[in-house]
Amino acid sequence: MTKLNSYEQAVADYEPVLGLETHIELDTNTKMFCGCPTAFGAEPNTQVCPVCLALPGALPVANKAAIEATIKIGLALNCRIAEWTRFARKNYFYPDMPKNFQTSQYEEPLCEEGYVDVVVEGETYRVEIERVHLEEDTGKTLHVGGATGRIHGATESLVDYNRAGIPLVEIVTKPVPGTGALAPEVARAYTAELRDIVRSLGVSDVRMEQGSLRCDVNLSLNLPGEAWGTRTETKNVNSLRSVERAVRYEVRRQSALLDAGERIFQETRHFHEATGETSPGRSKEEATDYRYFPEPDLAVMEPSREWVEELRTSLPEPPRKRRERLQEAWSLADKEMQSVVNADAVDLIETTVAAGAAPAAAVKWWLGELSRRANETGDELGALAITPAQVAELQGMVDDGRLNDKLARQVIDGVLAGEGSPAEVAAKRGLEVVSDTGALETAVDEAIAANPAVAEKIRGGTHAAAGVLIGAVMKATKGQADAGTVRKIILDKLS
Amino acid sequence: MAQPSRIIDKTAAELAADIREGRLTSVEVTTAFLDRIEAVDATVKAFLHVDREGALAAAREADAAIAADEEASPLAGVPVAVKDVVVTKGLPTTAASKILEGWIPPYDATIVERIKAARMPILGKTNMDEFAMGSSTEYSAYFKTRNPWDTGRIPGGSGGGSAAAVAAKMAPLAIGTDTGGSIRQPGAVTGTFGAKPTYGSNSRYGLIAFSSSLDTPGPVSRNALDAALLHEVISGHDPRDSTSIDAPVPPVAEAARLGASGDLTGVKLGVVKEFAEGAEAAEPGVIAAYEAGVEQLVKLGAEIVEVSCPSFTYALPTYYLIAPSEASSNLARYDGVRYGLRTGDDGKHSLEEVMSLTREAGFGPEVKRRIILGTYALSAGYVDAFYGKAQKVRTLIKRDFEAAFEQVDAIISPTTPFVAFKFGERTGDPYQMYLADLYTIPSNLYGGPGVSVPVGLADGMPVGLQVCGPVMGDDIAYRVAAALESTQDTPLADTAPELEGN
Repeated sequence: MTKLNSYEQAVADYEPVLGLETHIELDTNTKMFCGCPTAFGAEPNTQVCPVCLALPGALPVANKAAIEATIKIGLALNCRIAEWTRFARKNYFYPDMPKNFQTSQYEEPLCEEGYVDVVVEGETYRVEIERVHLEEDTGKTLHVGGATGRIHGATESLVDYNRAGIPLVEIVTKPVPGTGALAPEVARAYTAELRDIVRSLGVSDVRMEQGSLRCDVNLSLNLPGEAWGTRTETKNVNSLRSVERAVRYEVRRQSALLDAGERIFQETRHFHEATGETSPGRSKEEATDYRYFPEPDLAVMEPSREWVEELRTSLPEPPRKRRERLQEAWSLADKEMQSVVNADAVDLIETTVAAGAAPAAAVKWWLGELSRRANETGDELGALAITPAQVAELQGMVDDGRLNDKLARQVIDGVLAGEGSPAEVAAKRGLEVVSDTGALETAVDEAIAANPAVAEKIRGGTHAAAGVLIGAVMKATKGQADAGTVRKIILDKLS
Repeated sequence: MAQPSRIIDKTAAELAADIREGRLTSVEVTTAFLDRIEAVDATVKAFLHVDREGALAAAREADAAIAADEEASPLAGVPVAVKDVVVTKGLPTTAASKILEGWIPPYDATIVERIKAARMPILGKTNMDEFAMGSSTEYSAYFKTRNPWDTGRIPGGSGGGSAAAVAAKMAPLAIGTDTGGSIRQPGAVTGTFGAKPTYGSNSRYGLIAFSSSLDTPGPVSRNALDAALLHEVISGHDPRDSTSIDAPVPPVAEAARLGASGDLTGVKLGVVKEFAEGAEAAEPGVIAAYEAGVEQLVKLGAEIVEVSCPSFTYALPTYYLIAPSEASSNLARYDGVRYGLRTGDDGKHSLEEVMSLTREAGFGPEVKRRIILGTYALSAGYVDAFYGKAQKVRTLIKRDFEAAFEQVDAIISPTTPFVAFKFGERTGDPYQMYLADLYTIPSNLYGGPGVSVPVGLADGMPVGLQVCGPVMGDDIAYRVAAALESTQDTPLADTAPELEGN
């Protein structure tokens, strides 16, 4: 059993130093070094050619759109754009890497020396960017025949090269000290901010669940006033929540080891979504010497200053500015906006509002009922099986009086269960407010007859007692009555 | 000299004219060479694969196109042999390695596309040192190729198959590739003409990579004009090769015709001081033949100027760091996962073990030697001292060339220090083998063109003279070579011993 300290104790004793390496798949039409399409989810090995299969004799040609996208990312992260940059080969053997080297960048990345500011609990943390470089993705290996889909026990390994050669941007931060107990939140906020920045540029769909944004979390601990400790690199961190959990887990695990006088190994660890734990991967001590050298098959790149400036002026509104603008438009207090941001609901609410819902209603649904559902299942809000357009549609039905809050929640159940749009769910489940006043009057009469004492109280002017009768009517109509209408009928009859 | 009586004795230019003007058909010509292959290749063993059917089909198409007055390329209908390191769609391509045995490429190299577009039938794929690593073709994983001048001797390498095929008149033209001398040195030792064009002027797309920053495809022929015509067919910018030069092809055919007029008045030819001083000097016979050639060039009006290129002394070690470094990475893809040989896939070995067993079984000794050398030269802790230092020396070698070309139009030297050696003579000591490329390697490191033209015999074996030009100055090299040819009553290539046919 891995020993763990309590998080509170760990951060009381040690200072965490963070580092984040993020890989982002660009959504260029074609791959990094050939003309193959890049669409996600195609039949295995249907988006391949001599170049991305590394057939003998094939040669790469760099994708200009990918270079442009990388420069945009660099500019949006306040980086310096190299005047002279080139690709390099990172040599290591792996079956899903066709050439057995990755065409990447080494000493001359496209972009260097930038920063991202993130706000956590009212404090601004500056995360410095060391480099942003361009490389290519590998294929995917599927081990079949084994029990767990892992290599152990597998009888066959199948490789899909559709992903091989998709442009990948790697963004590496400098070490981030000084976050203290908020290290997990800062890591998450940085990743979210980075994702929002890249999404605003329109160069990637940055979907962590599809792997188009992948995060490696580096973490070390040191005693206050002492040198930084040995770091671990946790891979396979595939959601914002996981980023936070991975940091938290490593803080707890490493502090327990350090307390016991043991040393931390510099190693790659894997994050497990189900348990929130990390486990050792290949240790760096036995890791490959990558034998980097400049890629002789590709010409050096010298992005002209005119081009870079042209790209700089084309950059969209930064997400931070956009949030300030939306906060004002939605009339939210700082704290409310912070909740929206923390829930990763800015885009969701903006889209819901654009689909016709009032800002307050959109905020209410996403931060209230829907956040509760997401928490129950441990999903990201955006991963829920309901779209902003459906939330707007739902709110429209409430506004029209066709649904009350209770019914609306039941409609959400149906939408999340995949039963269709809110209107379809309402129709299928028969979840409409009863607007037939004749039916309601009968129900009210029955309720009055069944509760003579209560009726008497109301007649006596104790209007608060109407709640009992409303409840009875709601029960009789299975909640499909509008409570306001029922109350009005009761008071009319008993006054 | 009697008019050539046989089709196979004619030059490519003559054959092209005969086909164009209706005196011969491409089918007749192609058949003649295929028959010659059938007759003598059992002795020479220049071909790894002969594509009789494909060549004749292409010949028929060429004839039909010419009959239909389609705009024909200058070599339409003339067949060509292709070194097995060049990828040919539907034709086995192995780079003479066991690791690619049975692999049928699904695509054509750019230069093969251009050969096909020029309606030149492809006779087959020629033997070579495995992955173009060697100077004798003894490192072919399949068999040795014999030198038509003396079947007990090597035909040079790595392109010994292409050179021997042309020397034995099994093909009027062939494609070679030159990384450190693999077109020129086989040309020299088989009495044929070979040209390494300016790096980047001929597309590498579809060339099985040995050393990406050095590899250059080029023509092999019996004379300068034939090579120049083929050069112009395959040359020119290719967007699929990022290192391809986007500039007009130097007018090499025009230069070869100009040179054939025999006038070199005003042409300054450089002789590299450091070559003459080298500890590993050329064989006396080679020097004698070369010096006789230089005398001829002077008679044609050329001026000889001594130039100093001090860094050339380090060219060989520089090459043997850069080329193996790149090769160690280029050859990593041969792992048995996607194509070619797979060894150990018996359910008892892991994926990584299968990759390792495949490479152990699939690569020959010289390839392994260079992968190990290159891997070492790029390793952490050594990369600066080896690969990094070699790159710096490469820059110095380029500067030596650039300085020399401010004084002279072209640089001449023997192509290789020794005539064709006997089988087995140099396989025991890699350094003795590597010396074969002593004079050819500098222009690979520089990137400029170099041609080898037959200049005479030493002890009955052919000797080549190398002419190196500045980057994109291929035309001057052809001009000087053609001028030297004009001083020979009978082209040396035509004096090769007749082989026993069957």
